[in-house]
Amino acid sequence: MKIIRKLLDSIKPHVQEGGKFHAFHSLYDAAETFFFVQDHVTEKGSHIRDGVDMKRTMFTVVVAVLPALLFGMWNIGSMHFKSIGQEVAMTEAFWYGFLKLLPLIIVTYVVGLGIEIIFAQSRGHEVNEGFFVSGILIPLIVPVTTPLWIVAVAVAFAVIFGKEVFGGTGMNIVNPALLTRAFLFFAYPSAMSGDFVWIAEKADAFSGATPLAHLAAGNSSGLSVMDMLVGNYAGSVGETSAIAIFIGAFILLFTGVASWKIMASFFAGGLAMGLLLNGLASSFPQNAYLTLPAWQHLLIGGFAFGGVFMITDPVTATQTERGKWIYGFLAGLLAIMVRVLNPAYPEGVMLAILLMNIFSPLIDFYVIEANIKKRLKRAKVSA
Amino acid sequence: MSESIRIKKGLDIKLKGRADKTLKEADVSHYALKPTDFTGVFPKMLVKSGDKVKAGTAVFFDKYRDNIKFTSPVSGTIKEIIRGAKRKMLEIRIESDGKFESEDFGAADPATLTREQIIEKLLNSGVWPVVKQRPYGIIANPDNTPKAIHISAFDSSPLAPDLDFAVEGNQNEFQTGIDVLSKLTGGKIHLNIHETNTKSQVFLGAKGVQINKFSGPHPSGMVGIQIAHIDPINKGDIVWTVDPQSVIIIGRLFKNGVYNPQKVVVLAGSEVKNTGYYKVYSGASIEPLIKDNLTGDNVRFISGNVLTGTKIERNGYLGFYDNLITVIPEGNVQVPFGWLIPRPGKHSFYHTAFSWLTPNKEYRLDTNLNGGERAFVVTGAIEKVFPMDIYLIPLLKAIMVDDIDKMENLGIYEIIEEDIAICEYISTSKINMQEILRNGLDYLRSEIG
Repeated sequence: MKIIRKLLDSIKPHVQEGGKFHAFHSLYDAAETFFFVQDHVTEKGSHIRDGVDMKRTMFTVVVAVLPALLFGMWNIGSMHFKSIGQEVAMTEAFWYGFLKLLPLIIVTYVVGLGIEIIFAQSRGHEVNEGFFVSGILIPLIVPVTTPLWIVAVAVAFAVIFGKEVFGGTGMNIVNPALLTRAFLFFAYPSAMSGDFVWIAEKADAFSGATPLAHLAAGNSSGLSVMDMLVGNYAGSVGETSAIAIFIGAFILLFTGVASWKIMASFFAGGLAMGLLLNGLASSFPQNAYLTLPAWQHLLIGGFAFGGVFMITDPVTATQTERGKWIYGFLAGLLAIMVRVLNPAYPEGVMLAILLMNIFSPLIDFYVIEANIKKRLKRAKVSA
Repeated sequence: MSESIRIKKGLDIKLKGRADKTLKEADVSHYALKPTDFTGVFPKMLVKSGDKVKAGTAVFFDKYRDNIKFTSPVSGTIKEIIRGAKRKMLEIRIESDGKFESEDFGAADPATLTREQIIEKLLNSGVWPVVKQRPYGIIANPDNTPKAIHISAFDSSPLAPDLDFAVEGNQNEFQTGIDVLSKLTGGKIHLNIHETNTKSQVFLGAKGVQINKFSGPHPSGMVGIQIAHIDPINKGDIVWTVDPQSVIIIGRLFKNGVYNPQKVVVLAGSEVKNTGYYKVYSGASIEPLIKDNLTGDNVRFISGNVLTGTKIERNGYLGFYDNLITVIPEGNVQVPFGWLIPRPGKHSFYHTAFSWLTPNKEYRLDTNLNGGERAFVVTGAIEKVFPMDIYLIPLLKAIMVDDIDKMENLGIYEIIEEDIAICEYISTSKINMQEILRNGLDYLRSEIG
């Protein structure tokens, strides 16, 4: 640690006000606060402060994502070798996936953090840790074959227009990671859908369709329940393994970083819509998708991943406790509705969450309005 | 008749250095009146350096409300008048002559006095500023009649004094003080005690009050929280609050005709060698108390508790409203990967750290901010520690954009800084919520009056 401290101290004069490299002081601050909690003491208000800061909070989310990330790496390799008909050891599959995914992660972080640092610098803020989370989520929700330059463009778009124009982390309306995916989805549909994008260097003869594509085509998902839980099938990198995602969910809920209300109501909403569709199945026999058992909807596609890591983003979710129930439930409902009933989109989770992101201030508005009405009523009664 | 109210939301922060319940003597010769203790007061001096004063001699008054006077706590000489930037008056230092003589304000039975006579006596003696009003948390306006007066008989903040112990032996004075206050309001006097911990007959035996029982974690002892649970403040309401030791000071004024602001204060905190309770006069210098009584040098002295108190110097003075001196370590050290590695010495409300596993451990917390300032990100945490029906973050945001209607609608009149201090403590965004709230209250007062 002393060496790092020395190094930082030797750089410090150059990035401070008046130094040659003042333009990089936000970058320096970010690095310094990464290595050292600063010696800043309380000046105003409470003299003591909680031991947990934004870094630790965000880092917890990154830790929670790790199981899905590691599984995703293995699954990339596993699916690749399966498609070309090779049996390989677990480590070899993992290593293959690791090398495939690493460039995506690096590009995401470099582009996203670069933009964050530039904006932090121009605003005189410290760099917010929010992108540490977005940056690890983005590679997990895109197909592994997505060209790097497209990822770079999408991340830049999402960070600038999804976040910085609103004032940075904490002020954004929609989830930057999902906005990245939405941008990719609409701007580069060929890189984001179809049967060819989900498996790296796939052999042509092998079907690379996702279970949702099978289902939308009126077939069965082709998965056993065990497959759904383990996640050894084609899909976005991090979305397939329900088990890995639920480990993350446990971490998030146990530490209280994610709202259990949002998570629970999202799954409840999905289940409710699934059951409703099951109920309608006999009236519309031509749509076989309606007969998929409601609970299976929660395990396949991006539903679990979205419900654990995306919708629980506290900034873009509703901020009132009552609003959280409504928000999560409606998002779950919509996600399955879009998935099953809209033939244009094989998956509805991303769109449902983005839509509810936009509605969440409205939900909060009415919840808070109820509080205001209560207060006014109390004033009238006592007057 | 007495309600029992259990506060569920909140957080007790257990700190090292709780005071031993031993009453000690301290030889204090220097005192100060600090105009900065009085929110919204603009001091106009009535004395100059070298003047002889008695306890109760007016030292300054408020330019905006000239009937509100501030008087010397002891007899002696005005030593120095300390001014800060823009000649802002910071301290009027008084050297005691050791006699503790008071101006004679005349003993009187409050029952025989009219409301006007009582108020006049309180104003002239300089006792009046102990009466605070909600909204705004400022000195009460003598022209108002409050809908109720609230007294919190226990303090739930970290290291706070045991008020049972502090008021011991002052039963008559306390009752006289209550009798005085009952003349000032058309409504009730609420004496809010702790359900199990309050045992003193001074409180339990008080007459002419409604006793309300509270229990639960901090901030259950904050009078603002108690008001919200008993009889919330609506727009246009005025409620007064007084702390128990000040009730006793009021009582002494009427029983003995003197201004005698003696009170029991606590010296506590992890950096104090010998903690304890001290009987001192208001505005006492802390120097004699801390002399040769500290474990280190890199410390912060706080008049008041660690959540709401005022930072003072080593040779500073006890604040007018404070009955606690806390000494904690300064946190001006860098910690390698402090945000990442578990630090058993750190306390946190959140389960992302591990202090919740040891709820009874006492902590030696320092003044480090433990992070950098960020925008509001985390939601749902304030709702677990703030036992009021107020959406605090929307309210703070309304204050930031000077939206008066919103502030009123969201309940700004119901709270002052001390009520939300615990929310500031747990903020992962390290936002100075108390400062924002005070800005909002000041802005409202300047716009509405």
